[in-house]
Amino acid sequence: MTNAAATHDESRPPVLAPGATYASVTEKISGLVLSRTTPRWWILAFAVAFLALQVFLVATAYLVTTGTGIWGIRIPIGWGWAIINFVWWIGIGHAGTLISAILLLFRQDWRTSINRFAEAMTLFAVSCAGVFPILHMGRPWLAYWFAPYPNSMSLWPQFRSPLIWDVFAVTTYATVSALFWYIGLIPDLATLRDRALGRATRLIFGVMALGWRGSAKHWHRYETAYLLLAGLATPLVVSVHTVVSFDFAVSIIPGWHTTIFPPYFVAGAIYAGFAMVITLMVPLRRLLKLEDLITVRHLQNMAKVMLATGLVVVYGYAMEAFMAWYSGNEYEGFMLWNRMTGPYAPYYWTLLFCNAGVPQLLWLAKVRASPWLLFGVAMFVNWGMWLERYIIVVTSLHRDYLPSAWGMYSGTLWDVATFVGTLGIFGVAMLLFVRVLPMISIFEVRTLVRKPPSTHRVQGG
Amino acid sequence: MSRPPFPPPPRPPAGAEFPECAPQTQDAVGRRAFLELMGASLALAGVTACTRQPVEKIVPYIDAPEGQTPGKATTYATAVLVEGYAAGVLVTSHEGRPTKIEGNPTHPATRGTTSAQVQAEILNLYDPDRSQSVRHAGWPSSWPAFITAIAPELAVKKLRRGAGMRLLTGATTSPTLGDQIKELLARYPAARWHQWEPLTLDSIRAGARLALGQDADSQYHLDLARVIVSLDADLFADGPAAPRHARDFALRRKNGGVARAPNRLYVFESTPSITGAAADHRFVVHRALMPSLAEALATATAGAAAMPFCRRAPPLAAALQAQVDAVAEDLLQNAGAALVVAGSSAPPEIHALCHVMNRALRNVGKTVVYTEPVEVRAAADALSLAALCHDIDAGLVDQLFIIEANPVYTAPADLRFAERLAKVAFRARLGSYEDETSALCHWHVPAAHPLESFGDARAVDGTVTILQPLIAPLYDGKSAYRFLAALLDLPGRSDHDIVKDYWQKTWKDDSDRRFAKALADGFVAGSAAPPLSIAALPRPAAPLAPLAPAATGLTLLIAADPSIKDGTFANNGWLQELAKPLTKIVWDNVAHLAPQTALAHGLENGDVVTLEVGARRVEAPVWILPGQAPDCVTVHLGFGRRFAGRVGDQVGFDAYRLRTAEQLWTRDGLRLTKTGRQHLIATTQSHHSMEGRDLVRRASAAQYRAAPRFAKTLNDKAGPPQSLYPERPQGDGNAWALSIDLSACIGCNACVVACQAENNVPVVGKDQVARGREMAWLRVDRYFEGSADAPVVSFQPVMCMHCENAPCEPVCPVGATVHSSEGLNEMVYNRCVGTRYCSNNCPYKVRRFNFFGFADQGTESLKALRNPNVTVRARGVMEKCTYCVQRLNLARIAAKLEGRGVLDGEVQTACQAACPTAAFTFGNQNDAAAEVTGLQASPLSYELLDILGTRPRTRYLAAVNNPNPNLEKG
Repeated sequence: MTNAAATHDESRPPVLAPGATYASVTEKISGLVLSRTTPRWWILAFAVAFLALQVFLVATAYLVTTGTGIWGIRIPIGWGWAIINFVWWIGIGHAGTLISAILLLFRQDWRTSINRFAEAMTLFAVSCAGVFPILHMGRPWLAYWFAPYPNSMSLWPQFRSPLIWDVFAVTTYATVSALFWYIGLIPDLATLRDRALGRATRLIFGVMALGWRGSAKHWHRYETAYLLLAGLATPLVVSVHTVVSFDFAVSIIPGWHTTIFPPYFVAGAIYAGFAMVITLMVPLRRLLKLEDLITVRHLQNMAKVMLATGLVVVYGYAMEAFMAWYSGNEYEGFMLWNRMTGPYAPYYWTLLFCNAGVPQLLWLAKVRASPWLLFGVAMFVNWGMWLERYIIVVTSLHRDYLPSAWGMYSGTLWDVATFVGTLGIFGVAMLLFVRVLPMISIFEVRTLVRKPPSTHRVQGG
Repeated sequence: MSRPPFPPPPRPPAGAEFPECAPQTQDAVGRRAFLELMGASLALAGVTACTRQPVEKIVPYIDAPEGQTPGKATTYATAVLVEGYAAGVLVTSHEGRPTKIEGNPTHPATRGTTSAQVQAEILNLYDPDRSQSVRHAGWPSSWPAFITAIAPELAVKKLRRGAGMRLLTGATTSPTLGDQIKELLARYPAARWHQWEPLTLDSIRAGARLALGQDADSQYHLDLARVIVSLDADLFADGPAAPRHARDFALRRKNGGVARAPNRLYVFESTPSITGAAADHRFVVHRALMPSLAEALATATAGAAAMPFCRRAPPLAAALQAQVDAVAEDLLQNAGAALVVAGSSAPPEIHALCHVMNRALRNVGKTVVYTEPVEVRAAADALSLAALCHDIDAGLVDQLFIIEANPVYTAPADLRFAERLAKVAFRARLGSYEDETSALCHWHVPAAHPLESFGDARAVDGTVTILQPLIAPLYDGKSAYRFLAALLDLPGRSDHDIVKDYWQKTWKDDSDRRFAKALADGFVAGSAAPPLSIAALPRPAAPLAPLAPAATGLTLLIAADPSIKDGTFANNGWLQELAKPLTKIVWDNVAHLAPQTALAHGLENGDVVTLEVGARRVEAPVWILPGQAPDCVTVHLGFGRRFAGRVGDQVGFDAYRLRTAEQLWTRDGLRLTKTGRQHLIATTQSHHSMEGRDLVRRASAAQYRAAPRFAKTLNDKAGPPQSLYPERPQGDGNAWALSIDLSACIGCNACVVACQAENNVPVVGKDQVARGREMAWLRVDRYFEGSADAPVVSFQPVMCMHCENAPCEPVCPVGATVHSSEGLNEMVYNRCVGTRYCSNNCPYKVRRFNFFGFADQGTESLKALRNPNVTVRARGVMEKCTYCVQRLNLARIAAKLEGRGVLDGEVQTACQAACPTAAFTFGNQNDAAAEVTGLQASPLSYELLDILGTRPRTRYLAAVNNPNPNLEKG
């Protein structure tokens, strides 16, 4: 690897804190997994997440037995929280692959401390996202009809529908992300296998390590496979949210029927994804005492990506407004005016405050360097991105062409319960992940400790 | 003999007998679950004998098959009763189950027109809440027990020549029933017959007597009128003649016809009505001004002839006087083809003035024809009921038989009928429901539905229909004929024999043939009441007293509910969930306020207020209605029922409590107090402006003549939008299309109920409507334009447009909504997984989603109601208008068997068949001779949201009205 960071100015904080050695890195990260004591905060957090997971089960059971009527959806707002949450989760699921694949291809070495974690987050977020399109169906038990399977009725999915494109885009993304994540895990699983003390642990990690012995051949094949998958995953980062945006862009509803949606959705997704990584990273690095491995440098870099993608998103908002006016289309114009001044105007302005206003703080180096300020900004973005989808889904539908059919939407307790439920799924999965798997790539971080750490420099190689 | 204890033990609450039936919650899920559960108990009650055939000979309308062809529906001509009058109908029966009511196009009075209530009557037939057994003192009994019980009572009465015996009925037009009552009165000379119809025509009758010197019915022929003036008369909604009025009015209006054969409607009204909405000029006037208006109009048109009927009402304000002058001038110019009508709420002298004006304008015999009263006895209802109350107080009544009337609920509050009823020693009631009156009677006998028994009735023009049963009584109900026969000591006689015997007496030798023909035709030809010729108008015997000065402050106006009328239909879910034409409110009645009155009182929609008149008060939610006259508060009757059934109980407030026998329709001195509470009012439309969009396109006749293509936008002129795809092959096959004429649509909602009945559309309940989940496939959009004080009202029926480029089709992930070769946008329920994407992408938002399992699949009697040719949709699937594809398929099969194509007019969609004004035209647009093809080519034809390029098959004809140019300027 090139010593990219070394050429940059000296004032930057290092990617890796001084004093790290191969042994200390391995010890630190594998210790988190192999330690027999589970920290108190973990148990507490897990309890909360597990409770939320139960909420999900209850909400889903009630939904499936009773009907989607338990939610706030209605005519004309046929999609509500479910689709909003779907898009929100999918968006969050963008950071992982971006960090892993694109930053790998760009040889950004700072990715190594966060890519594993971000990939796991991606997987779990995509799982949470995947729940919603199925649950929001009137008859979720027929979800398999979305798949093009041979059947006696000679019926296929309707390939013109963006929902079918969604199915392919999301499942492909989930599959590639999972593979990418797992392949990246193999050398570390072998490390854990080798370090594990218990027989069962050794066996489990041994099976999962797929016989990795660290031979040069293995490494060679690993590097090739990883690079190939990175190449494969890169277009997916762009394609998934592009396709998700087609759900809206392909329709004829003012506020949905917009050509800017694909790039704007992709940028929004990366924006949201990085915000979520920061949201999770800041407390975790503190709780797991990983400040040496996940340094302020990482946070800074992520903040910069957020700022950049955030600006693209702001451009999207501006263009949406501009085109609504410039097109001279009365329905588009009304849609925008209604967003700005209609019953959902507080949502719209809050969204702008969260997504376009607050993140401007990231121009300040001080803010970028302060983990908790960053955490605050990221929370605003998380919220803002959820609101953005709310605005897109709800305000476009609630007043479209015929005023006679206009209506108001608000989610019900069950909408909230389902959402909280997926937060539970996510939380449980994330917590289990940080407990039983190395949340930072051990072998990749070790590549950063090649030079004597006293240089205070980021070393690549 | 032993008398039942009084008061009778209250009916055990449903929950005591059937714990699962105990009322659960107010929300619709509870209601639905409740109905489902009730199904089980009904099944136990043995109500499965729906396919039992009546024993008597009944004659199918046309093409009687040899016996029954399973799967093939049969149509019978009969009538259903609207406020006592016959509405000629054809009833479709599937394997002995009547499923659909449609107008009988050959019936001379109704001419195939129907109202929402007539359409909904079929649901009443199958209502699981209809009374199911004879009850004695609240406990189940039997018909023989009733016969046994009344025998000694009647024996006593016979000795006393009937003294103390009273009969109370609603409006009665049945010749047979009249004959029976006559016989009863002959046998018991001291007995008395009282009559009470809550939507009474007392005032109209009194006006006729005042002006004509005799009882006479006025038959209006709106088709002959070029200028029509309504003084608070809701011609198109009130009374059994309303659909016919609408039809006749619209005859000249269809497809811009008003520009060729002009007619003009002026409406002076204090509360917006569909008649006012259809008017070319609608004047918002306080009801207190109606006498002044009528006098001004009469003086201007009839001159001195009007003087005897004038009560020196205060003069009108100059502006209004000028308008009245313009109207009078128009009337005079169209003398002989004009019509002045006052509403049933107007005092007799206004009706008298209308008679004077019609005579002065030489309209009599043309646009208005007088006939002998059609009712058996045109009694003054309020007086008749008051007389009964008086006699009860005087101890003159010890035996009361009530047939169908529900006076405990509907009597004017000041008569305190419930208290008085309790004083009568023996009271028996024949009723469809165990309602408020039955609850206070010793005996309750379930009444048979008009579709369950033989009978006869006369239509508004007097035409007799012999009613034939389509099904044996579901709940062992007895007809009024059998009930009266029991009083005449002939309890064993069947309805058939009773009715047949009467007509045998009337027709003598020829009766068998005529009876059969009458059954087949659905009416007795030539039985209409002959016109009366009234030579000269008598002057009133005594000069009319001058009018008392109009009271200041708020005035309460009382009117029938547009959907459930006087409360008769309170337990009819279709009508409860039918959005009222102007407010679009469902499942409630409200106090309608003018915007400025609401502002003055600081009230908003849904605020609960106390309405207090005299000593009586009710609490009512407020609704601000644009076009309501200031200081007038309108309330609708029919709600607040206590014993209507599970659907109608405790819905809304009871406006009867504000009614007095003296002031049935209008009460001055209303006090309105805010309670501070709020009531949720569910509506099916929450936005009332078109937002400047060209959804309903309209022009005046003059504008239309100047620019016939005004309804065409640039898009229309550019032709169909360019497409990369080839035109769908249409070839010479059928291409179904629908044209909706907005000049003809009056917003009466008959189509909505017809669609619901035809397509098994479920009822969802108030809570679900409030959540935007009503299921009606066809809705009538209503828009207000202009000022909130006197808005222009537009109606627009909207259902699936069957677009050539349907936005719903490409977005469905499973191909559940597809295009047929004949251009239908079809919904495959089996395939639908319920993503709702199609609904989101539908610019017309006509798709409906089963958010829950809305269809009541459990209630046994409702299973028989369903149209077997239409799938009952399950939970989680999308549904929408199909252009009545089941009717298309039947026609296609019939055509194929005969080796021909489907003929124009052979298929009528349910909405089309129901529409009184024939605003819908359906047909094959590939057929150059089809009516619909001609209409689609009309310059008035336009596509809704044509800018989107969806190219709908359903197109609208722009509305053309005919304002008076003299008034336009002002």
